[in-house]
Amino acid sequence: MSAPGTDVLPPLRQPLPPLGDAGPVPAGRQDAIVAEGLTRSFGDRRALAGVDLRAPAGSVLGLLGPNGAGKTTTVRVLTTLLRPDGGRATVAGHDVRDAPEAVRARIGLSGQYAAVDERLTARENLQLVARLYGMSRGAARRRTGELLDRFALTDAADRPSGGFSGGMRRRLDLAGALTVRPAVVFLDEPTTGLDPRGRADTWQAVQDLVADGTTVLLTTQYLEEADQLADSIAVIDHGRVIANGTASELKATVGGERVTVHAAVPGTTGAVAGVLASLGPYRPEVDPRTGRVSVATDHGASALRYALAELAAAGLAVRDVSLAPPTLDDVFLALTGKPRPHGAEAGAEASGPPPARGGEPGGDGPAGGARRRSRGGKGAHAWRP
Amino acid sequence: MATVNLTPLRRGGPFGTLRDGLLIAGRNLLNLRRTPGAVVAALVQPLMFVLLLAYVFGGSLGGAEYRSFLMGGIFAQAVTFNASFTAIGLAADMDKGMVDRFRALPMPRGSVILGRTLSDLTMSAVTLVVTSLCGLLVGWRVQGPVLDAVAAYGLVLLFAFAMSWVGATIGLVARSVEVAQSAGLIWLFPVTFVSGAFVSVATMPGPLRVVAEWNPVSATATAARSLFGNEAPPAVVPPDSWPVQHATVYALLCAFAIIAVFMPLAVSRYRRIARG
Repeated sequence: MSAPGTDVLPPLRQPLPPLGDAGPVPAGRQDAIVAEGLTRSFGDRRALAGVDLRAPAGSVLGLLGPNGAGKTTTVRVLTTLLRPDGGRATVAGHDVRDAPEAVRARIGLSGQYAAVDERLTARENLQLVARLYGMSRGAARRRTGELLDRFALTDAADRPSGGFSGGMRRRLDLAGALTVRPAVVFLDEPTTGLDPRGRADTWQAVQDLVADGTTVLLTTQYLEEADQLADSIAVIDHGRVIANGTASELKATVGGERVTVHAAVPGTTGAVAGVLASLGPYRPEVDPRTGRVSVATDHGASALRYALAELAAAGLAVRDVSLAPPTLDDVFLALTGKPRPHGAEAGAEASGPPPARGGEPGGDGPAGGARRRSRGGKGAHAWRP
Repeated sequence: MATVNLTPLRRGGPFGTLRDGLLIAGRNLLNLRRTPGAVVAALVQPLMFVLLLAYVFGGSLGGAEYRSFLMGGIFAQAVTFNASFTAIGLAADMDKGMVDRFRALPMPRGSVILGRTLSDLTMSAVTLVVTSLCGLLVGWRVQGPVLDAVAAYGLVLLFAFAMSWVGATIGLVARSVEVAQSAGLIWLFPVTFVSGAFVSVATMPGPLRVVAEWNPVSATATAARSLFGNEAPPAVVPPDSWPVQHATVYALLCAFAIIAVFMPLAVSRYRRIARG
C-alpha cells in the first residue's frame, strides 16, 4: 500500500522559492503536497480561485490568511472531503480526485472544530479511529495507550470527552490525526480558541511531528504562529495565494518591526509622525481614532531609542510606546495595499489569539508569550514612561 | 525511524464495509447506552400507541379480539417510525463533524450508513421486545407455531432494516438535525395510517383503499398477524386483493425492493457530500 517516495520521509529542508508573485512554484522531487490551480465555488461564491501550493516532504507549510480566505476549503480539498471544481492536487504521491482512498490512508486531519464523539471517552474515541484505520483490536489498544501518554490524556482517558476543556479536546483530536503516523498531517487552525498553555502544547506537538519527518500543513490567522512553526508560508486571500516565502521574507515586505507611539496630547500626532518619518524610509501611519502613530523599521530596539530621544528633544509628550513584530494586518496591508477584511475575529489579531472557550484547568503554565519570544526575541516590548 | 508505515492493508468490498459498519454500529450503540433518556423516549411511543389503540379505539372495534389483532400493526408501525432515528442520527453526525472525521479515514463509503442502519436495527429489536411485553399485558398472545412467530419477528426486522435505508437517505439529504427531525417524521404518519395496520382497508374510499392494500406496512402487519396466528375480529373485514392474500410474499418483496432502491441511493448521497 505504500507509494514510492512516501515510506521514508527524511526531514528535508529544500531551499524555498523566492518571495513575490505567487506564480507556479518549481516542482521538487519529494513534494508531499502539490496543488495546482485549485478552484472551487459554492454557488456564486468563489472560495478557491486557483490555489497553487507545494510542500516538500518533511516540511511545514503554513497557510496564512483571514477568515473566509479559503484556508479551510483548501484543507478540505486536500483531505478529499471536498471535490475541487478545477485544478489538480496530489498528497503523499496520490491524486486527491483519482485515488482518494490512497490519500486517506496516508493522512491525518485535525479539524478546526475538533470532531470528537462527546459521549465516548478519550480512549474509546482513539480506539475507534485506530480500528477504522484498519488496525486489529490489539494494535489499536496499544497505539491508543501510546497516544494517550504522549498527549497527556492518560488521567482523563476514561472520562467522556464531552466534559473536556478546549485544549484537551484539541489534543484528543490531534492524537486521532496521528494514529497511523501519517505521511502528511493537516491541522486546520490548531490553536484557535486555545489558551496560552494549549497553544504551547500544540506548538510542541507540531515540532515533534517535524522531528519525526512528517509533512505538516497548518492553517492559521497568526503570522507569529506561522513564523514559529512553518518552514514556508503561503499567504492566502480571496481564494488565491498572494505570496509565498519564509516568515522573514514576508516580514521584509512590511519592513521588519513596527514602532508605535501614543501621543499624550491629542493634536500632536502630526508632529509625532514627522519625528517618526525621520527613522527611515518608511512612511508613518496615523490612526486618528486612537491617536497612535506607527512606522516600520529595520533597526529594532535602536530605532525605538532614537525615536524616544528625538521625541523628547522635540518636546513631544508620549503616553506609551511599543516595538512589535508585524502582524498579519501589516502583511496584508503591504501585500494588497488595503487593510485585511475585518472578520469577526480580526479584532483579536493584534493582541494575540482569543482566550480558550473552555479554559484549561490547573493554571496557566508557562506563558505563551515567554515561549514565543524564546526564538530570537521578536516579541512585543512595551514601555510606559 | 518513526516513519514506519503503520497503515495496514485496507479491505474494500462487502467484508471491509461490514467490518467498519459493525465498528460504527458499536459506536452508535455506545452513544445510545449513554443517553438512556433518549432510549426511553423512543420506547414510550409504541407503548403509547398500544394503549391508545387498544383501549380508546379497541372497544368499538372488537374488544379483546381487536387488541390481539392490533399488535401486528403496532409492530409494523413501530419499526417504521424507527426510520426517523436513522435520519436524525446521520444528520446529527454530519452536523457535529463526525461524518467529516469518518470521511477523512480510509473507510469503505457505505460503512457509516450501514453502521447507522445496523444500530437502528438493534434499537428496533429492543422496541419489538418491549412492545411485545406490553402486548402480552393487553391480552395479545402468540397463537401459532413458535417457528412462525420467529419468522414473524424476522420479517418485521427485515422491514425495519429496509425502512432504515429510507431514513438514511432522508437524513443525508436533510443534512441538519432540524430538517431531519421534521422531514424524517412527517411522512411516517400517512405511510403507517393509510394502511391496514390498525383498521380494515375495506371501509376506505376507492383510491385510498388501493394505496392501503399495496402499502408495504399493510403487508408487513398482515403477514405478522398471520404468522402469529392472530385472527381478525368480525369488525375488520379482510379484503381479497392479491397483496392481502399473499401478504408474506409481498412483504418480503417490498422489503427487498426498498433495500434495492434506497441502499444505492443513500450511498450515492453520501458520496455526493464531497461535491458540497
